[in-house]
Amino acid sequence: MATVTCPECEGQIELAAGTEVGEILVCPDCGVDLEVISIDPAAVQLAPMEQEDWGE
Amino acid sequence: MQRRLKLGVLYSRVRVEEKWIFGAMEKRGIDYDRLDDRAIHFDLDKPEHWKQYDAVLERSISYNSGLYALRLLNAFGVPTVNTAAVAEVCGDKLMTSAALARDGVPQPHNITAFTPEAALEAIEAFGYPVVLKPVVGSWGRLLAKVNDRDAAEAVLEHKSTLGSVQHSVFYIQEYIEKPGRDIRAIVIGEKVLTAMYRKSEHWITNTARGGEGELCPITPEIEDLCLRATKAVGGGVLAVDLVEHPEKGLVVNEINHTMEFHTMQPVSGIDIAGEIVDYVMSVAKEKI
Repeated sequence: MATVTCPECEGQIELAAGTEVGEILVCPDCGVDLEVISIDPAAVQLAPMEQEDWGE
Repeated sequence: MQRRLKLGVLYSRVRVEEKWIFGAMEKRGIDYDRLDDRAIHFDLDKPEHWKQYDAVLERSISYNSGLYALRLLNAFGVPTVNTAAVAEVCGDKLMTSAALARDGVPQPHNITAFTPEAALEAIEAFGYPVVLKPVVGSWGRLLAKVNDRDAAEAVLEHKSTLGSVQHSVFYIQEYIEKPGRDIRAIVIGEKVLTAMYRKSEHWITNTARGGEGELCPITPEIEDLCLRATKAVGGGVLAVDLVEHPEKGLVVNEINHTMEFHTMQPVSGIDIAGEIVDYVMSVAKEKI
């Protein structure tokens, strides 16, 4: 499975099978939220910060 | 031959709920588009692009983006789940309370004021503790349990000074000594699908804040209350949060219109995502 590098701490993160674009991952090394922006090639970026009107 | 229906799913993040919803769409062979609310735009002179959808399911994580998208889609004549009118009421705690009050649905005692001075006077008359809630907001954020006058003065000043204008609508609610849990029920159309206790040692029992889920039997009282509550706000795909009030019995605390169900689906064993998709399809079919 594809591996990506955390843009915050440069930790290596393995994408699980079935991962989709738009999913949020938590870096196991530094705990930052990352958004999957591409599967092939695998790429992540820092997820947007939580806004006041976010919720369910 | 009947035309094949086309659905849209408006979303911001692919949470586990969206993965389940997309999976349910694909399992049913439904033609659908994923509409990332950060990438779309609406041209009021060109509604044709949006009119291709027989129904759109709104799953935005941002209340504002979701609400305005629903308003535009409904203005274009595109059916949505939920409707803009329902999102307007459910996304604002005060509007929800007003709708529940109009229909006589039991709810916690609420008071509203528009200045810190009027709010303090109301709280003093109400008695402590009280809970201050932002009218728009979710996941249990920015709730304040206020135990005395000193705390009330501080929180009111902070809200009026640091918050957006919406924080100057002071929504004051009685503090309820609940039995370490509340109840969340999922209602789709006219059916109460499932219910769950949300347990927590903390007074905020939201599972987004670490509350744990346990199946709750749907009693006739829960069913009746949920259906009255969802009818009051306009109906659709909704999550009703109930609290066991020590004197009043069950009361409706809030109603969510883009609910998360990552705890509910495994706890209940019910394919909630599939039920939502079937409901959206039924709305789309009504259009034709």
